[in-house]
Amino acid sequence: MKPKVLVAMSGGVDSSVAAAVLLEAGYHVEGVTMKLWGGVSDTGCCSVSDVEDARWVADQIGVEHHVFNFGDEFEHNVVNPYIHDHLAVRTPNPCVECNRHIKFDRLMQRADALGFNVVATGHHARIVNTSKGWRLTRGADDRKDQSYVLHMLKESVLQRLLFPVGDMTKTEVRNYAETRGLLTAAKPDSQGVCFITKESGRKSFLGDHIPLRPGRVVDTSGATVGAVESIEMVAVGQRRKLGIPGGSPRLYVLDVDPNTTTVLVGDQDELNCSTTPLDDWSWVDEPVTGLLEVQTTAHGIPGLAAIDLDGTSVRWNKPHRAVAPGQSVVGYVDDIVVGGGTAGRPTTVGRYPHP
Amino acid sequence: MSDTTSIYLDHAASAPLLPGIAELWAATAIKHHANPTGSHLAARHARKALDSARFQVAETLGTTPDEIVFTSGGSEANNAAIQGTLRSCNPERVPATTAADHNAVLNPVRLSEGVIVGVDSRGIVDFEDLTNKVRCHKQDIALVSVIAVNNEVGTITPLPKVANIVRKFAPKALLHTDAVQAVNWIDTTTAAADYDLISVAAHKIGGPVGIGALVVRDGIELEPLIIGGGQQRGRRAGTPDVASAVAFAAAIKETVDQRTESIERTTKLRDLIFDSLTERLGDRVIVSATGTGGGDNSPYNEYAKDDRSHIAAGIANVCIEGVQNEALIFLLDTAGIQASAASSCSSGAQSPSHVLAAMGIPDETARGSLRLSLGSATTSSEVERAVDVIVDSVKHLDHYNGG
Repeated sequence: MKPKVLVAMSGGVDSSVAAAVLLEAGYHVEGVTMKLWGGVSDTGCCSVSDVEDARWVADQIGVEHHVFNFGDEFEHNVVNPYIHDHLAVRTPNPCVECNRHIKFDRLMQRADALGFNVVATGHHARIVNTSKGWRLTRGADDRKDQSYVLHMLKESVLQRLLFPVGDMTKTEVRNYAETRGLLTAAKPDSQGVCFITKESGRKSFLGDHIPLRPGRVVDTSGATVGAVESIEMVAVGQRRKLGIPGGSPRLYVLDVDPNTTTVLVGDQDELNCSTTPLDDWSWVDEPVTGLLEVQTTAHGIPGLAAIDLDGTSVRWNKPHRAVAPGQSVVGYVDDIVVGGGTAGRPTTVGRYPHP
Repeated sequence: MSDTTSIYLDHAASAPLLPGIAELWAATAIKHHANPTGSHLAARHARKALDSARFQVAETLGTTPDEIVFTSGGSEANNAAIQGTLRSCNPERVPATTAADHNAVLNPVRLSEGVIVGVDSRGIVDFEDLTNKVRCHKQDIALVSVIAVNNEVGTITPLPKVANIVRKFAPKALLHTDAVQAVNWIDTTTAAADYDLISVAAHKIGGPVGIGALVVRDGIELEPLIIGGGQQRGRRAGTPDVASAVAFAAAIKETVDQRTESIERTTKLRDLIFDSLTERLGDRVIVSATGTGGGDNSPYNEYAKDDRSHIAAGIANVCIEGVQNEALIFLLDTAGIQASAASSCSSGAQSPSHVLAAMGIPDETARGSLRLSLGSATTSSEVERAVDVIVDSVKHLDHYNGG
């Protein structure tokens, strides 16, 4: 009997091609679109029109299509923590949480219950069989690589997972879709956070859930240099929308103190740091003692660093731009994910001048 | 879609065409292609066919032909009743309905900031709440709309009792009933005798999708939803669909003619579902419309367990605790059994049921709701097979945290 694979189809081109590739490879394929958010998202995910796109592509290639409503789980595991992180002035990564709790936990559990041997998604990443077992590695397309947001996947999950477009570049994916006339061939990539609409934006979304607090912007000498309407909207490394008059030297957010509602800014040198604290870090195998590549944003360029043996901080080989607390930190050796965690808040107690 | 191996238990969503209806529809569409509002011979013949359909529908509903307005279906009929009433009366007046009514009633009522009356744990309108709300609402009530047979749980509303309360405490209000799920299970000619407006739809009773009717009693003023060429006495513009009207009339006549027999047979099948699921799955089964189940410490047992006299013969809704209905329905589908969880959102995902919520069933339990809706052709072996598959699937899902 053909292995049964459930393909998570978002209605985008990558997962459309993932389904088609597996079908051509001889799997028994069925598609599923997860309904995750009841709102009127127009960011390219979860809306009724995306469900329709997925359904139409499934019809085109001739596979069954289902819709699962994981709205409650999504709200509980992704949306609420997202809001809570902003309240704590952290910069969350909801895609990571969605992958962790929804796509590769809840969906896999459901797939298991319904008799599917394997789950597939349209992520740009690869799963390779190493001497130590199945490991996650970067996708073929450097610019589209999504291994960063998948870093937490355990081997028990990787064993039952397929990333059919991980070996393809985005151009190859689009060409594949175009050659086969898939309806989503030219559909734009999704942007931003799927549960926040472009029109009203993050600020209005957060404002509906938590009080937004205005803050003072001070430089490292303690002088007030600007003001923000809401400290919850400020991220470490940000340079704009800080109420700093034009013509001033370039200043970046170094830290945000929710207790005093103060945003600390400094120049490029001050933004660079030698260490980044980690809130939680786990190694895939035994700890790597030497230098490894460490990536701190979804498509950012990794830096060389060592991770403390106890996993409490990243020691950068060269000064590294400060990492926004809450962001994922992922370690690679030879493009294979060897560990991951979350950036913590640097201890700045006492560093804040309080004029 | 159906084949020999599939068992269709989703009649309340849409029923298969009764025997002969498809042929009748096609023959009528071919024969009466002319516009029935025209004046030539072909038009007059089409007109005659339409009139005779109107007579037939009127007869089965206990009304007169001039009181029948053909619509595109139940949702349009409900909207026409509510919005039409509001547009033709003082704008200060508001509509009222129950929290367990269909969204095609609830949403127009909400849109007009109307009154929502509660229901009890069986889904029956809370008469005290109804009395208080129609009597004491700060704004005048323009219309009270109640669902005759609940589409999700099958609860039959005591229509005459609602009518008595409304007539007594809000004598100026119109009475509307959404009888879309009712014609096959209750005698609306008596139950809804005192109602000014009645909505029905063809596809729930073996007629085609895309046609329904609103009964508008003589003398009731209603602004039309759709304006245009003044068809149907100006109450609903648009070229009347003769073939669908004829097919609808034949289906409703057949349904009403067979009703007593069908109720008797189907009630037994429905009870078989309730009894065997409860017996085989135990306390985790809640028979939604009886408000009972869930064992000795259950919060649901306010009413008599074996009282099912208020449930329509063809609708069996249960909540099975510890199971996700999305997964259960998937497994049933795989085994060829087509059922539903009663409410689906437009994307096709299962969405939380507002009816079960109104009945006080917690979200967690409602996620295990399953509706099997039966039709005139449903057999006992189909029902027995469905029960077997449900029991097996539930036990399977128990190994997967409910699915």
